[in-house]
Amino acid sequence: MHPSHFTAVALFALFTSTVFGITMRDTPKKMLRYGIYCFVLFVGSAILLSWLMYFIAH
Amino acid sequence: MLYSQMSMATPQINGATAKTSANQGFVYLPLIAGWLVPGAGHFLLGKWGRGALLAAAILGMFVAGLVMQGKLYGNFHDILELLGMVGDLGNGLLFLIARAAGLGAADVQVTTQDWGTRFIVVAGLLNVIAAVDAHNLRTGRKAS
Repeated sequence: MHPSHFTAVALFALFTSTVFGITMRDTPKKMLRYGIYCFVLFVGSAILLSWLMYFIAH
Repeated sequence: MLYSQMSMATPQINGATAKTSANQGFVYLPLIAGWLVPGAGHFLLGKWGRGALLAAAILGMFVAGLVMQGKLYGNFHDILELLGMVGDLGNGLLFLIARAAGLGAADVQVTTQDWGTRFIVVAGLLNVIAAVDAHNLRTGRKAS
């Protein structure tokens, strides 16, 4: 399997956020919110850093 | 007077009972089971939903790493290999079975293989976090 860079980032963020959400919070509602928060941060920071590197390279 | 004393004493008794029951049996069983099989620590504690999600996430990450032809570390030649091996060992039986079956690449030649190698290591580290969470639930350090 040769996923794109973004697919790999999204997969990584999904799996990691699931574990972080469940292990770092006590209640299901807080787990879901923290999981989504981690996912958005993972993917968002990857997109942000990608654009930053793009502008540095050009 | 007596009723108020009893009502004040009841939470302490309940707390002591809960603490006693939390310390009964082998406290480290969920930790060890969770390390060997992803999610098993939570299954032992009756947390079926959480256990299933943890198992799916960790197993999914490990399998994705293997499908990307990631490398399974297997020697201690240098410090980076050793650290990779420690991360891989976090997968417990998954790592041992995959090694025994000869899965994973011997060398990393393309970028996706490097990502796959990281996926496998991170799956091991996430499994350790999940196993410690099961231990915390077992000892009562984590509420629920």
